[in-house]
Amino acid sequence: MSPVARTNLRNGLLFCLPWLIGLSVFLIYPLCAAFYYSLCDYSVLLPPVFIGFDNYLDLAGDPLFWKSLRNTAYFATGSVTLGLVVSLTLALLLNSKVRGVGVYRTIFFLPSLMPVVAGSILWMWMYNGQSGLINTALRSIGIDGPAWLGDPTWSKPAIVIMAVWGAGNAMVVYLAGLQDVPTSLYEAALIDGAGFFQRLIHVTIPMISPVIYFNVVLSIISGFQAFTQAFIMTGSTGAPERSTLFYVLNLYNVGFQDLRMGYASAMAWVLFVIILLLTFAATKLSKRWVTYDR
Amino acid sequence: MKGRQARAPHHRAGIGAILLLVLGSLAAVAGCSPRPNKNAPRHITYWEKWTGFEAEAMDAIIADFNARETARAKSDPNYAPIEVEKVTISKLEQKLLIAIAGGNPPDLAGNYSFCVAAYADNGALTDLGPMLKRAGFDRSRYIDHYMQLGEYRGKTWALPLVPASTALLLNKRLLEEAGLDPERPPTTIEELDAYAEQLTRWEVTLPSGEKQIRTGYLPAVPSEQKRLLQAGFLPGEPSWWLYGYGDYFGGRLLASPETVSAADPANVRGFDWVASYSKKLGIGVIKRFRSGFGNSSSPQSAFLSGKVAMVMQGVWMHNYIEKYAPGLQWSAAPFPYPAGYPELAGTTHAEADVLMIPKGSAHPEEAFAFMQYVSTQPVLEKLCLAQQKFTPLKDVSEQFWHDHPHPYIRLFRELGTSKNAVAIPQTGIWNEYNRELGNAVDLIQNLTEPPARALADVQTKMQIALDRNREILARRAAQ
Repeated sequence: MSPVARTNLRNGLLFCLPWLIGLSVFLIYPLCAAFYYSLCDYSVLLPPVFIGFDNYLDLAGDPLFWKSLRNTAYFATGSVTLGLVVSLTLALLLNSKVRGVGVYRTIFFLPSLMPVVAGSILWMWMYNGQSGLINTALRSIGIDGPAWLGDPTWSKPAIVIMAVWGAGNAMVVYLAGLQDVPTSLYEAALIDGAGFFQRLIHVTIPMISPVIYFNVVLSIISGFQAFTQAFIMTGSTGAPERSTLFYVLNLYNVGFQDLRMGYASAMAWVLFVIILLLTFAATKLSKRWVTYDR
Repeated sequence: MKGRQARAPHHRAGIGAILLLVLGSLAAVAGCSPRPNKNAPRHITYWEKWTGFEAEAMDAIIADFNARETARAKSDPNYAPIEVEKVTISKLEQKLLIAIAGGNPPDLAGNYSFCVAAYADNGALTDLGPMLKRAGFDRSRYIDHYMQLGEYRGKTWALPLVPASTALLLNKRLLEEAGLDPERPPTTIEELDAYAEQLTRWEVTLPSGEKQIRTGYLPAVPSEQKRLLQAGFLPGEPSWWLYGYGDYFGGRLLASPETVSAADPANVRGFDWVASYSKKLGIGVIKRFRSGFGNSSSPQSAFLSGKVAMVMQGVWMHNYIEKYAPGLQWSAAPFPYPAGYPELAGTTHAEADVLMIPKGSAHPEEAFAFMQYVSTQPVLEKLCLAQQKFTPLKDVSEQFWHDHPHPYIRLFRELGTSKNAVAIPQTGIWNEYNRELGNAVDLIQNLTEPPARALADVQTKMQIALDRNREILARRAAQ
């Protein structure tokens, strides 16, 4: 190795070092430690006792584990689909050249700036069965609205609807993607006589498919990590009737309330693998419909 | 190339300077520890969970203690005074454990009595036994029930500080309006039910559009034609003791430290009674009605706003009445017992705030000295008076009764000493058990599952959890 190459290597490594340290201290070490603890009975207060795969075996027979997984899958599916449709529609609308479009974009983006805790408290009032904005509006058209967060059939849809409120982030990413689509393609499509929907399906969506893919993967990940909304709005038991007991909420209860950190670590690893598999599946599927070529 | 070589020494100097800075600041931090001085104050940190008037009461006690220590140090130059510093922590019952696990706990903490078992099981507490023995502590000074709250598996882990009990609170004006004698509270559950029916008022919309106020449960009127204005009693208001309605019917949640008894027939009777209110009023009606309430410490609370005429509440409610509904005419009575079971009279939920020394406390002896100070009768009376509760001691001074602003303080204290005073079962799995019961109560109140089935399910699951917990403890003990 020449002295220059050596200096370059050293400098390169030095510049990478902060990131490498961050990655190992805050990601790789916790991941490995969590895996080790998942094989232990560990209460945080006392030294871990190795018990093999008992925690994982117990998980398989734990009805709460399955219930929270189902709840989370429901929420993730609902929020990803609805979020995609709403944010993409908004982005398409806000991509038009109308006066004051900047103002509209800001207005639709604003809710996503609201911290989840504040947003959750606000939505608790919106969903209030007696005097909430939603039920008051429904009453004016003759519908007697449910108690939303107090009703096991409506609590999950309520939290999904609330998630769509923060669609602003995804919307901005879609907008950026939309503005990147060459106008020449639209012009060519127009000359060929394509209508709005044909342009949408044959030009816009294929052109922004990498952005859609990116957003979907991110929403799946955040959907499976849902915690704050339920914790604030319906409490750590996931009331009513555990309809809002999400996976991470259950994990929090087991880890931080019951101090079964080994079991909680096993849950965290299962979630890690689930998200990994889903992301992998999304990547595999994306090969069929994501277009990177111009 | 030449330029690069020429710059190299500068690079090195730069890196050297950064290293020096880092090392220097580390050395400075390390050097911050005070030089040992035998008269320097012995500083201890105390974690407190209360804010508001309860915290102010404790502040006064700490100020007294610190002043006494300073005075002692003045008269005895060889004495190093203890200095207590209070730190208010929200969700203390969870954060304290994490602090203990992290090896950086406070020296002393004021926690809830129901935490003692789980903390002790996890080795998070200092056994007070040896220190109590050395100090010649007299256990019999305390009301037995409250003393027991800090004892678990044969050891003393915490000392009761400020106790509490629950009773039935009645809105006298609403009782009078309903034609009931406000001086004669219900004594049996059946009487309570009859009172509640008479105190339930609706606004009924007639087919002609005319609105009428009617009393009772009105099962014949469809729900869209009636709006609940006032409820006599709602088991879920407030929701803090929903796990414990079986207690009033003679049920217990643990038959022994090893046996879960959630599905005990007495518990089932208790929860059948809870479910009866969902049947009488309608599930949707209750939910919508309740969503209009503010929390218990606000003027919009169910009882303070006069929306619910009778509630089960704690001794502290007096303070909220004074603050948020000063004109409210109210009274308190022992919570009723089921007719035919007079032996269950005086059943109450009796918990306490407790003082504990976390494992790893840097100054356990100093923390204990403060505990000892607080456990003396005059100090406990000052604290409990300012918190408007009663004291956990058997002896009460006449002055305490005389000065106490709570009109029913003697009743609450009497309930606290009752043989039917019930506390949350001492078990390491209480958090889990409580969540499981919370879910069962949800199912019961929503009439999704009959109480017998919901409780049987809780019993099966929690017996498994309890067995697992015992297995874990045995495994740890064997290590």
